[in-house]
Amino acid sequence: MTKRTQSTAFKRIWKYSPLYLMMLPGLAYLLINNYLPMLGLVIAFKDINFAKGILASDWIGLENFKFLFQTSDAYIITRNTILYNSAFIVIGLVVSVAFAILLNEIRSKFASRFYQSVIILPFLISMVLVSYLVFSMLSMETGFMNKTVLPALGIDPISWYNEPKYWPVILTLVHVWKGAGYSCIIFLAAIIGIDPEYYEAAKLDGASKWHQIRQITIPLITPVIIMLTLLQIGRIFYSDFGLFYQVPMNAGALYSTTNVIDTYVFRGLLQLGNIGMSSAAGFYQSIVGFILVLTSNYVVRKINKENALF
Amino acid sequence: MNKEARTWQWIAHIILLSFSLTCILPFILLVMSSITDETSILQHGYSFIPKQFSLSAYEYLWQQSSLIFNAYGITVLITVVGTIVSLIITSMLAYPLSRRDLPGGTFFAFFLFFSILFNGGLVPTYLVYTQLLDMKNTLWALIVPSLLLNGFYAMLMRTFFMTTIPVPVLESASIDGASEFKMYYKIVLPLSLPILATVGLFQGLAYWNDWNNGLIYVTDPQLFSLQNVLNRIMSDIQFLASNGDLSASAGDKIAQLPSETFRMAIAVIAVVPILVAYPFFQKYFVKGMTIGAVKG
Repeated sequence: MTKRTQSTAFKRIWKYSPLYLMMLPGLAYLLINNYLPMLGLVIAFKDINFAKGILASDWIGLENFKFLFQTSDAYIITRNTILYNSAFIVIGLVVSVAFAILLNEIRSKFASRFYQSVIILPFLISMVLVSYLVFSMLSMETGFMNKTVLPALGIDPISWYNEPKYWPVILTLVHVWKGAGYSCIIFLAAIIGIDPEYYEAAKLDGASKWHQIRQITIPLITPVIIMLTLLQIGRIFYSDFGLFYQVPMNAGALYSTTNVIDTYVFRGLLQLGNIGMSSAAGFYQSIVGFILVLTSNYVVRKINKENALF
Repeated sequence: MNKEARTWQWIAHIILLSFSLTCILPFILLVMSSITDETSILQHGYSFIPKQFSLSAYEYLWQQSSLIFNAYGITVLITVVGTIVSLIITSMLAYPLSRRDLPGGTFFAFFLFFSILFNGGLVPTYLVYTQLLDMKNTLWALIVPSLLLNGFYAMLMRTFFMTTIPVPVLESASIDGASEFKMYYKIVLPLSLPILATVGLFQGLAYWNDWNNGLIYVTDPQLFSLQNVLNRIMSDIQFLASNGDLSASAGDKIAQLPSETFRMAIAVIAVVPILVAYPFFQKYFVKGMTIGAVKG
């Protein structure tokens, strides 16, 4: 009896073997590319010695973390990561929602198409190219700012790549410039989905455009806004490595305002050869980041189950 | 149109036009810089209206062809191979997961999903690729780490298959004796061209623009993609002199190297293919962005 059920269960699964076979490359890839490094997080508790090999390296408990948190680095990179991401979330949201609302107002189809195509352009290029574009603006000797704009205003040239104080503004501008088009299109899709009857009813009641935007458009796209924002908050511990590494050109003088967790881990690993500190910072990021993802998803779930990731 | 509506039109056009300009102007500055005379740049800086035109940067580009062509070739190669392989792996993973009758489907879907939520970060990943797989300084290192760039694409495809492929079609094909593989490439793939195009575009763009893998895993200039060459010469223009065709000739040629304009010329040839191709793929691109936004 049990033998027969076993064999039918086996047959049932065997029927699906081609499907399992199809998944094999993807699952194997995930195992090596994603799951193995997750286990590899334990190296944060080891003193990595390549001569001994990774597995045979000595366990040193929390030593790496002690070193990391004794320096001011841990504080600076955490502060920078969170402050930048917070600014990006708020400013990015305001700008892209505003653009989406304005785009929706444009009557001319041609103009609307044109704007939509153009504001996506920065999203399409790599951060290396962005750093070239920024360099052509900010280069000390040849940049457009120092050679054309500032002289016209009667201001002395500024050594942009040596002055940390300007970078919070520069990086925020670059981030918004690169990303606003993308999120604008997402919000525009949400706005287009609003039933036109609402607006017609409002017009009959004599509501002004401003009123319609505040009383109809914004409330109706609020679910999308909340979801996207919460998801971004979930990723607040991760930053755009390219933005913080390429755009300031890895300039040491700027680290106080451009160093974030991702750039710190990268430099520790590949430029300073300090694997211990780097893996401790990486561990810290993975764990706190994961907790934040879970928390923000939990909040999304509370608000609207449909929109939760899981 | 009443007065209020007209005012809104004006405001909207002015704001959107100015933002559009800030999006276009840096590209124009880039192109203009590449066709300006080197000495003019050293004197007056980069400007929108060159004081003196010169194509010498592009002439140098032509002379330097071995390094640049090699890099261009690598970029094209990793883009084509990477995109195709990743589409195959992603769709082959997503299709079985979209089948509600697959035993263990929930477990595998979670296996995929958890990889999006949690990751080991740079250091362990680096060690896996360099120590375990020994991929440092190989072409593989430019392709493999980005194959399932984002497990999210596999989730996206799975949802697409679930909602667009009619189950009765698959059932009747199965009754007619079609094998699972046959159903996958004769029925599922042809019905899923929109999602394949969207994911393919995002992947292709990611490969074309990728500098990260090269920065982390590659130190051999022969394997540099265009983005890596650009990345390198920004900090080190001498890199060209020591790795290009110039090294064979006399040192005074290096002195004449129009470094400022030359950099910009390479940046131009890296960005032009994207700008040229963009109008053709814009439709799928925007569609993909909005599908992506619904979940995640």
